[in-house]
Amino acid sequence: MLGKLSLSAVPFGDPIVMGAVYGSIVLAFIILALITWFRQWPYLWKEWLTSVDHKRIGIMYIILAMVMLLRGLSDAILMRSQQAIAFGASQGFLTAGHFNQIFSAHGTIMIIFVAMPFLVGLMNIAVPPQIGARDVAFPFLNSVSLWMTTAAALLVMVSLGVGDFSKAGWSGYAPLTELRYSPSTGVDYWIWGFQIAGIASLMTGINFFVTILKMRAPGMTLMRMPVFVWTTLCTNILMILAFPVLTVALALLTLDRYLGMHFFTNVLGGNMMMYTNLFWVWGHPEVYIVILPAFGVYSEVVATFSGKPLFGYTSMVYATIAITLLSFVVWLHHFFTMGAGADINAFFGITTMIIAVPTGVKIFNWIFTMYRGRVRFTTPMLWTLGFITTFSVGGAAGVLLASPPADYVLHNSLFLIAHFHTMLITGALFGYFAGYTYWFPKAMGFPLNEKWGSAAFFCWFVGFCLAFVPLYVLGFMGMPRRMYHYDNPAWHPWLVVAAVGLAVILLGVLCQGIQLVVSIRQRHRTRDLTGDPWGGRTLEWAMASPPPPYNFAVTPVVENLDAFQDMKERGIAYQQPKRYRPIHMPKNTGAGYVNGVLAFLFGFAMVWYIWWLAVLCVLGMVVILIGRASIDEPEFTIPAHEVEKMEKKRFMQLAAVERKAPGTLSREVA
Amino acid sequence: MKSKRYLLIIGLLMLSGAVFLGGCSDLVLLHPKGPVGHSERFVILVSIVLMLLVVIPVSVMTYLFAWRYRSGNKRAIYMPKWSHSGKIELMVWVIPIIIVTLLSILLWRTTFSLDPYKPIHTGAEPVHIQVVSLDWKWLFIYPKQGIATVNQLVLPAGVPVSFRVTSATVMTSFFIPELGSQIYAMAGMQTRLHLIAGEPGVYTGQNQQFSGRGYAEMTFKAIAVSKRKFEAWVKKAKQSTERLDMARYAKIAVPSSNYPVTTFSSVQPRLFETILDQFREPGRNHTGLVRGVIDSPRANIGGSGGK
Repeated sequence: MLGKLSLSAVPFGDPIVMGAVYGSIVLAFIILALITWFRQWPYLWKEWLTSVDHKRIGIMYIILAMVMLLRGLSDAILMRSQQAIAFGASQGFLTAGHFNQIFSAHGTIMIIFVAMPFLVGLMNIAVPPQIGARDVAFPFLNSVSLWMTTAAALLVMVSLGVGDFSKAGWSGYAPLTELRYSPSTGVDYWIWGFQIAGIASLMTGINFFVTILKMRAPGMTLMRMPVFVWTTLCTNILMILAFPVLTVALALLTLDRYLGMHFFTNVLGGNMMMYTNLFWVWGHPEVYIVILPAFGVYSEVVATFSGKPLFGYTSMVYATIAITLLSFVVWLHHFFTMGAGADINAFFGITTMIIAVPTGVKIFNWIFTMYRGRVRFTTPMLWTLGFITTFSVGGAAGVLLASPPADYVLHNSLFLIAHFHTMLITGALFGYFAGYTYWFPKAMGFPLNEKWGSAAFFCWFVGFCLAFVPLYVLGFMGMPRRMYHYDNPAWHPWLVVAAVGLAVILLGVLCQGIQLVVSIRQRHRTRDLTGDPWGGRTLEWAMASPPPPYNFAVTPVVENLDAFQDMKERGIAYQQPKRYRPIHMPKNTGAGYVNGVLAFLFGFAMVWYIWWLAVLCVLGMVVILIGRASIDEPEFTIPAHEVEKMEKKRFMQLAAVERKAPGTLSREVA
Repeated sequence: MKSKRYLLIIGLLMLSGAVFLGGCSDLVLLHPKGPVGHSERFVILVSIVLMLLVVIPVSVMTYLFAWRYRSGNKRAIYMPKWSHSGKIELMVWVIPIIIVTLLSILLWRTTFSLDPYKPIHTGAEPVHIQVVSLDWKWLFIYPKQGIATVNQLVLPAGVPVSFRVTSATVMTSFFIPELGSQIYAMAGMQTRLHLIAGEPGVYTGQNQQFSGRGYAEMTFKAIAVSKRKFEAWVKKAKQSTERLDMARYAKIAVPSSNYPVTTFSSVQPRLFETILDQFREPGRNHTGLVRGVIDSPRANIGGSGGK
């Protein structure tokens, strides 16, 4: 009836795991109790869980990313403290099995459940308004993607308390992930969490690809799109092309594990090298999937806060396209040491180095955007400045690793760990934080506190350097990654410094938490009344903050790059239209949410071999999706007079601002 | 004046940092004990210097521009429309291209010269060692000498060593950081590695590819001794009472950590080939998919494959 599941799957004997489990359960219980106490269930259901509004979906994605970031950081705390202690005679406080689960979960969570939801969240919030659209192309699909991603994240969280998680690393190399070497359910949790989230990401990619190509406002040619839209477009192309490879690789591994096939096994003609190739054919583009949107954010931020258009827009676009194309011909650099010929290694080494060219161009373009500008050191700008320097160091480390002879000694060392954490933390995550601060007032209607924001930045920046510079050094000391215990005394002091660095990063996270609370408490004083708190250049700043459900009452007409700046300069940014038209909007639906619940149950059933439940869930999902697709009227109309009412309020607000502080609305023109 | 002094201080700090790190013998990759490691250090250092040519100006320009053009500084020129300059754009494309070209030339040459499959020619007859990666220990077979060891590698200094590497379990990576390159060990396949220990010494060997529970303990001592001492060691090994036959091998192959160093005076003939063959279907070479890669002249699959 319950497959392999029994009460013995819960690790009652392990105090660390059970502490985390009880902690999570209590926290979840408190949240649910609070919602019930304040009678917020109907509001939550009607306005959020069933919402197909890209703005709300974006916010929910970012909340998911933040929650999972805390989980990923907890894993990091455990790993860093273990390595700071477990040297020589001391065994530390974690067993090898537990440590292996922790780094596997850390990688999986940070890439799939922090980076991906964060960037998709930012895309959701910023892309439709930046192209002057009212929503994404497929609003319901958007909701399906969100809840499937959440379901997958939940599946990984559940593995904490029911069964175990994979002990084979986030990349799940075969044959270690085969049933013979990993017989427990851990790898299955990893497979299904990854698989479900991957399919959700693929759907998101398709959704935004179509949105950007088909739903731009009149006049917004491709070469007038904001750079964030460009980088998002390239990320979507990568998602569409790369994720199916991951789906197949995981599916083949699933067949090996569930049906005794031999795609990647040692015996009967299986080949583990095939898995390694397939994984990185997805895995390398994935790096650019997570970093390109961050590049887009930096481009928006540096232009806005330098009070200038982005330097070399055309170069920037072509550099992005070049990175997109090149990202598919470099995957082999993840395994130069697998015995390929010198010609093959040299080819992939050079293609990898070539990526440094467009990336270098981007860095110079950001720097020259500041040149002869008026740079305002707001929090988003601080993240950007912190990014540029650390990223060029991390990029240099990457170019070094691209050289096969260097990789022969640095492969799988802590140098590699330091390199890709530089790319993913200061490259991607700093960008997401910049975007989070930059678009927060747009999404929520009030800005984040600057003082706590810059404190958070400085903690993150200093903490990052303390945590990862030692890892570069340790790489040269020959320390491999993923060690739960070691005997070399020379490594120890550096690992202690790295642990201190993580503590400083945690201070930064604490500052971010305080920042959020302080900002919410101050919201009545700091409310953004104009919709353009930063002096923005792109169309999202033309809307009110937070925007009405339909974004734009009248679709804007774009005549130039930096469309909103252009409108401000021509004095038509705040023109009230003569008359309004009714607006069609998609109806909310619970189908996406229910589909997510079923996806979670399906994953859980597959992990534990509860076949009847798995079959029921698949049937349920099919019925829901077909049912929803057969609804004749998935839309409703906001009548013209209601649009007018909402817009009038906005213009009265603008007039009040202008009365109070004349020139506010035209300050950018002067 | 003030900024010059800062630059001087920063320069001195960086220099002393470099000297400190360079002098620190714990940085084993910067203090290699063999020619392969030496060449790899050369590649690393040249690449770092070439890249600093970009990284340092980028860092300086970032902070310089940000500070010079801060919004409070009303004396700085403000050009709110300026966003294009053909000259600068040309520069920002050309500079990275030049550096990447230089690096690529270095990469192309050294990738061929440092190919782990390439034999090292010193005039001396190389020592052949077969490496079998087990859960979680290393088995070293000296086919010519007819001896074997577990978790200890003894090699003559100054003599090229030719490794054939395979795994009887999951994928691992065979690596002695102070000597240079690593190579993956995979079941049913053999990879090649050529190293040379430049001087006698005791070096740490390790598995560099995560392989499960006992991964962290999967280390061994690589002891490089003079040629004379090596021969004496072989003689002594021949007197060991331990013999490595299939039954004994099966016992070693059982997953365990911290397996004691063991020396065997005799080895079952063609043991390495037998270990390779156990993962392959009798009568068939391997899957069609991999043939293209594995059966190329330079890579070898199967025990009886080329020398």
